[in-house]
Amino acid sequence: MAFFDVLQSIIPIALFYSAPLIFTALGGVFSERSGVVNIGLEGLMVAGAFVGIVFNLTFDETFGSATPWISIFVAMIVGAIFSLVHAVASVSFRADQVVSGVAINFLALGLGVFLTKQWYGKGQTDMVDEPFYSTDIPILADIPILGPLFFNGIYVTSYVAIAFAFLGWFVLYKTPFGLRLRSVGEHPMAADTNGINVNRMRYIAVMISGALGGLGGAVFALTIAFNFSQATIVGQGFMSLAAVIFGKWHPLGAMGAALFFGFAQSLSVIGSGIPLLENVPAVYLTIAPYVLTILALAGFIGRAEAPKANGQPYIKGSR
Amino acid sequence: MFSNKTFNLIVPIISVLLGLLAGAIIMLVFGYNPVEGYIALWNGAFGSNYFFGETIRQVTPYIFTGLSIAFAFRAGLFNIGAEGQVIVGWLASVWVGAAFDAPMIIHLPLAIIAAALAGALWGFVPGLLKAKLGVHEVIITIMMNYIALHVSNALIRDVLTDSGDSTDQIKESASLASNWLMELTGYSRLHYGIILALFAAFFVWFLLEKTTRGYELRSVGYNQHASEYAGMNVGRNIILSMVISGGIAGLAGAMEGLGTFGYMPTHSAFTNLGFDGIAVALLGGNNAFGVVIAAFLFGVLKIGALNMPTAAEVPSELVEIVIALIIFFVASSYIIRWTLLKFKKEGK
Repeated sequence: MAFFDVLQSIIPIALFYSAPLIFTALGGVFSERSGVVNIGLEGLMVAGAFVGIVFNLTFDETFGSATPWISIFVAMIVGAIFSLVHAVASVSFRADQVVSGVAINFLALGLGVFLTKQWYGKGQTDMVDEPFYSTDIPILADIPILGPLFFNGIYVTSYVAIAFAFLGWFVLYKTPFGLRLRSVGEHPMAADTNGINVNRMRYIAVMISGALGGLGGAVFALTIAFNFSQATIVGQGFMSLAAVIFGKWHPLGAMGAALFFGFAQSLSVIGSGIPLLENVPAVYLTIAPYVLTILALAGFIGRAEAPKANGQPYIKGSR
Repeated sequence: MFSNKTFNLIVPIISVLLGLLAGAIIMLVFGYNPVEGYIALWNGAFGSNYFFGETIRQVTPYIFTGLSIAFAFRAGLFNIGAEGQVIVGWLASVWVGAAFDAPMIIHLPLAIIAAALAGALWGFVPGLLKAKLGVHEVIITIMMNYIALHVSNALIRDVLTDSGDSTDQIKESASLASNWLMELTGYSRLHYGIILALFAAFFVWFLLEKTTRGYELRSVGYNQHASEYAGMNVGRNIILSMVISGGIAGLAGAMEGLGTFGYMPTHSAFTNLGFDGIAVALLGGNNAFGVVIAAFLFGVLKIGALNMPTAAEVPSELVEIVIALIIFFVASSYIIRWTLLKFKKEGK
């Protein structure tokens, strides 16, 4: 297989696997930048996947080919509402944020499977009839070399994800809102002194992470899984969390890490067909994201500082 | 005013009650009879010798994972990696149990020790990184979980078998299974592990409360800087507590490998024993005695739930929701304390 063919088979699949991770990791960046650790990303993805699939199955006759887009939008809203559980626990009730995140993961999976059994009478839903399909992007697909690599047989959601990452960077680093959000995560008391409502800021940040996590889960469900069951989201949320850290709590860094993890996943999917890689056991590629995250955190790949107030509830008047 | 000790007892009890209440409300909303639902759950856990044996069997690994996480907690560490430590412990015990021939008095302890060592190794990595480089153990242990899952699957498929889906059955001489316990409980899979689990609980209690080493571990958990100033080696204590915590979680894997199943299948997803252990430890207030009680409660909920679909048509996942809410309420104990104090004041 020629080099170009290899690229042509890897890149679209890498983009395809990355999109859900990018969305969710962005959510993680927003939450953690405001000082709220979000181990619950996995649960938020589960919630998004469930809502995306159920909405799609229920309304596909009403909305036709627009269904997947409306489904992911609804999943965003439900994700934001669902994340309020985490926000209330960790911001208002001063719960341990890691524990609260663990509860979110349990709760989402329990509710999702419970409701699936309730509504569909079995452990998994039917396959959706209106998933996202890959398309050729008009005009751009005709560009020689680049066209077949990046614009042929591509899921539009991948590009939406990348656009969101840039939007997230703009919001966090170029707007007053982003500055406030980050200041709350670095030094909440100073932010409070300057008239920023720390708790409200954190609620907003957690809800953004809920919306983006729900979006990520729904996109995963409607591009990759096509149905919902207990085994739909298995670790993608934690992989997104890894991308947050690997990307040093920066939207574009998280996107880069998510793209890399998507690339690693695509290699483990199609690796057997690629010369050089066919003899590498798939397990090495499967565990690559996790091992790399450990190495990154250990400082072998550049040291990153987490937001300073990450994980600490803010109690007014204490210091 | 309530004393702190009373709170530590009241908060878990209120959390469990609130969780069960929420479960009842969910059942009502979906048109089930909550009384029937919970009776089905009760009967599923205690209704016959068989069910009771299965409940105790489920309690066994929960005691281990709960102790593992509680132990780390007391030293100020959050071991989310019990799940991975269970998996490597399971694999190590089954490997030793199947690959060697030896009299039981050597073989069984060897298989158990292998599980503890494998778990300890899986705890050592995050412990070392935390102690030497200050890397947060939560993230490392999460990553170690996935590495454990995928590597053990690959080892089962490609090293221990020829593309098989599960390992060989362990030899009789490495088995924890017990004929008389099984006969006593209507041929449930109850095994000798429960005795080991109770012994482990005693060991953790003794180590933490009665030894100098335990005092140091707790001291480091309470205030690292003060401990450092008092001349304790904080780094070594962190590594030690992660190693012990991992070893105990590894033993939970041995319970599954040598007791319940006698082999290890490839896992497409986590066993959840480690994650449920977080709930057990939290509910048990991170002390050994509390963990045993909490493990019992979760064993009852999990095994009892299996009876709910047949006896009351309630999906068994309802219990997962109840458990999630219990964790949520325990985590939010601040608000429970606040409410209790408020009531107390108004009552005056």
